[in-house]
Amino acid sequence: MTFDPNAFLIILTGTLIAISCGLLGSFLILRNMAMIGDAISHAVLPGIVLAFFFSGQREGIAIIIGAGLLGILATIIIDYLSTKVKLQNDASIGVTFTWLFAIGIILITVFAGQIDLDQDCVLYGEIAYIPLDLIVTENNTILGPRVLWIAVINVILVLLYVGFMYKELKLTSFDKQFAQTIGFSTGFINLSLMGMVSYTTVSSFEAVGAILVLALLVVPPATAYILTKKLKPMLLLTILIGFLTSLVGYYLAYFIDGSIAGAMASVSGLFLLAAILYVTIQKRSIGKGIIMPAELKR
Amino acid sequence: MEDFVYFFSFQDPNVAMVVAGITLLSISAAMVGTFTFLDKKALLGDAISHAVLPGVCLAFMFAGSKNPYWIVLGAFITGAVSTYAIEWISRSTKLKEDTVIAAVLSVFFGIGILLFTQLQQTGDAALSGLDHFLFGNAISIVYEDLMVYGILALLVIVCLLVFYKEFKLIIFNPGYAQSVGLPVKRLKLLFNTLLVMAVVTGIQAIGVVLMAALLITPPAAARFWSDRLKIILLLAVIFAVLSGIAGAYISFAVPHMPTGPWVVMAISFIAFASFFFAGKKGILSKWYNQRNYQQKIHRDHLLKSLYQVRERNAAPLGKADILELFPGKEKETKRFISKLKKEGQIEEKSNHLLLTPTGLVEAKRVVRLHRLWELYLAQYLNLAPDHVHDMAEKMEHLLTPELEAKLDASLDYPTQDPHHSKIPRDHDL
Repeated sequence: MTFDPNAFLIILTGTLIAISCGLLGSFLILRNMAMIGDAISHAVLPGIVLAFFFSGQREGIAIIIGAGLLGILATIIIDYLSTKVKLQNDASIGVTFTWLFAIGIILITVFAGQIDLDQDCVLYGEIAYIPLDLIVTENNTILGPRVLWIAVINVILVLLYVGFMYKELKLTSFDKQFAQTIGFSTGFINLSLMGMVSYTTVSSFEAVGAILVLALLVVPPATAYILTKKLKPMLLLTILIGFLTSLVGYYLAYFIDGSIAGAMASVSGLFLLAAILYVTIQKRSIGKGIIMPAELKR
Repeated sequence: MEDFVYFFSFQDPNVAMVVAGITLLSISAAMVGTFTFLDKKALLGDAISHAVLPGVCLAFMFAGSKNPYWIVLGAFITGAVSTYAIEWISRSTKLKEDTVIAAVLSVFFGIGILLFTQLQQTGDAALSGLDHFLFGNAISIVYEDLMVYGILALLVIVCLLVFYKEFKLIIFNPGYAQSVGLPVKRLKLLFNTLLVMAVVTGIQAIGVVLMAALLITPPAAARFWSDRLKIILLLAVIFAVLSGIAGAYISFAVPHMPTGPWVVMAISFIAFASFFFAGKKGILSKWYNQRNYQQKIHRDHLLKSLYQVRERNAAPLGKADILELFPGKEKETKRFISKLKKEGQIEEKSNHLLLTPTGLVEAKRVVRLHRLWELYLAQYLNLAPDHVHDMAEKMEHLLTPELEAKLDASLDYPTQDPHHSKIPRDHDL
């Protein structure tokens, strides 16, 4: 097989996005907040569309701020509905994100023709076009694909965030009461995680769309969670699975000529399935290996 | 406006058909949704609605065109597989249920998108209809669709009504349902089937992405108006039908406008209005009751302080002294003083505030309740006399005359509280 620079760029970008999402997603699932990730990934849409409309450009800080605000707003609304309005938690999530997502879709339809965004892009992104969309400076030096740079910045920030906040995130995820007792601000740590999830969702939006980001947030960490019992191996395994998902996903999409993001989500599902089967079979063989003492058998 | 009259006069048989279809599917979705909502499984509906997409795409591949029979079949199969997958993974791994739901939802949707884009690449002309399954297009419903989706929705509704009692029992008391011999497992299977079917009937009109809202939001809104299942069901159905028709109208009036998002907008509007303005449980009435209660507390405390001065034969209090008693609440205190004056409970004589005879009765009542409760705690719960004050401070505002009479009787009409203060009676001076 010859080296295909385009394939390399797409797989690299996919891997970086999968790593950013997977690292944050690990903490989401440890906190039983997987569906909050789902809610955020839907809810940032109106923020993206509005920021896009007002700033008039696809890249840039405006979209990240717009979407980040919406993501945090969504978590605040969900929290308000479930603690103050006393709506049960799952319904608070369901009501909030469907509402915000519907606003986003309506805005896209209303602004159609004025902004370069459509419903398809929202659903599955355009990772295949990454190599075509280059950053070119004034003196015509090509700096490489724009979306790749966005992903690089994102992964660096996520690594810094997880690195600096590792102890806090770990403690608040596993023992919230204890963390509170020794004086960690759990509310702030939670909000910062939600902020990072929103930012990562937006940053990955162009490549994989608003909904499939959830697959990268939840599925690789869930796979790693099944296979290991410690946090550090879980994070490392998540990174490895993220890379494999991107690699296999690219070739699957290439093979059947479909969306790469969709293929990545499908492949991550396959890995999850394999992990579940592996664990189940192992459990069974352990069960068989135990020799029951004769007196207990009776 | 012309559109509006045209649409709602139903003179166009197509419009009448669309409205009939969306009414039926809204009813079935809201009814199934109410049960899943009360079973705390609202997000399962979200997972199923995303998971029907691969089925829809596969149906397109097999049938080669938009054929409602194939689509319903395909959607039903992948929807059912996803519910089974969620159950199986939750059972056989240590993953939490919401993680499993999120994982299954996104993987199935990913597979759906993969197939969807593959179909788009082949560029089949019939595919223009496939787009409608993402965000819904009620206007594209034709007679054949109505027959399939409408009959399915009707089936769901009838099944739910027939098994109403059984489903109610399973949701509210599964242990009891099992013990009276109901086939709980089979009924749950039936219910899951109905849930998938309700999702499937909505996909063309509402779309797979937002179908979940029609399951979750109507019961969430209805729950704020009642505690009774029948009324919640009825309200959820009404809310869903109203927003379904509103969404259909907008996608009729505005070309290229998908139906799903507008249905969601309408139902969310009803839901947020319910959260804030609903009779007893709404935020507004809760807030109002809380304020009333706090005002009553403040008023009781004001009267009590005037009574205690009188009891100790101390110098009567002026307005400034009273304000000092309640630091940080000067504004409210002033308001209450003038209010109580107006009600004739207190009067101002040479810059001193005094209780009038009616005010005295009321003040005595509050003090009496406080001291009765202290005595009750000391006698029946054996609490030390120095521990009872704080609790009595709360109960004095809550005890009703009936409770007071009972308390009095069980304490044998006492004259002194545990601190040897007199328990004031109406006929005392």
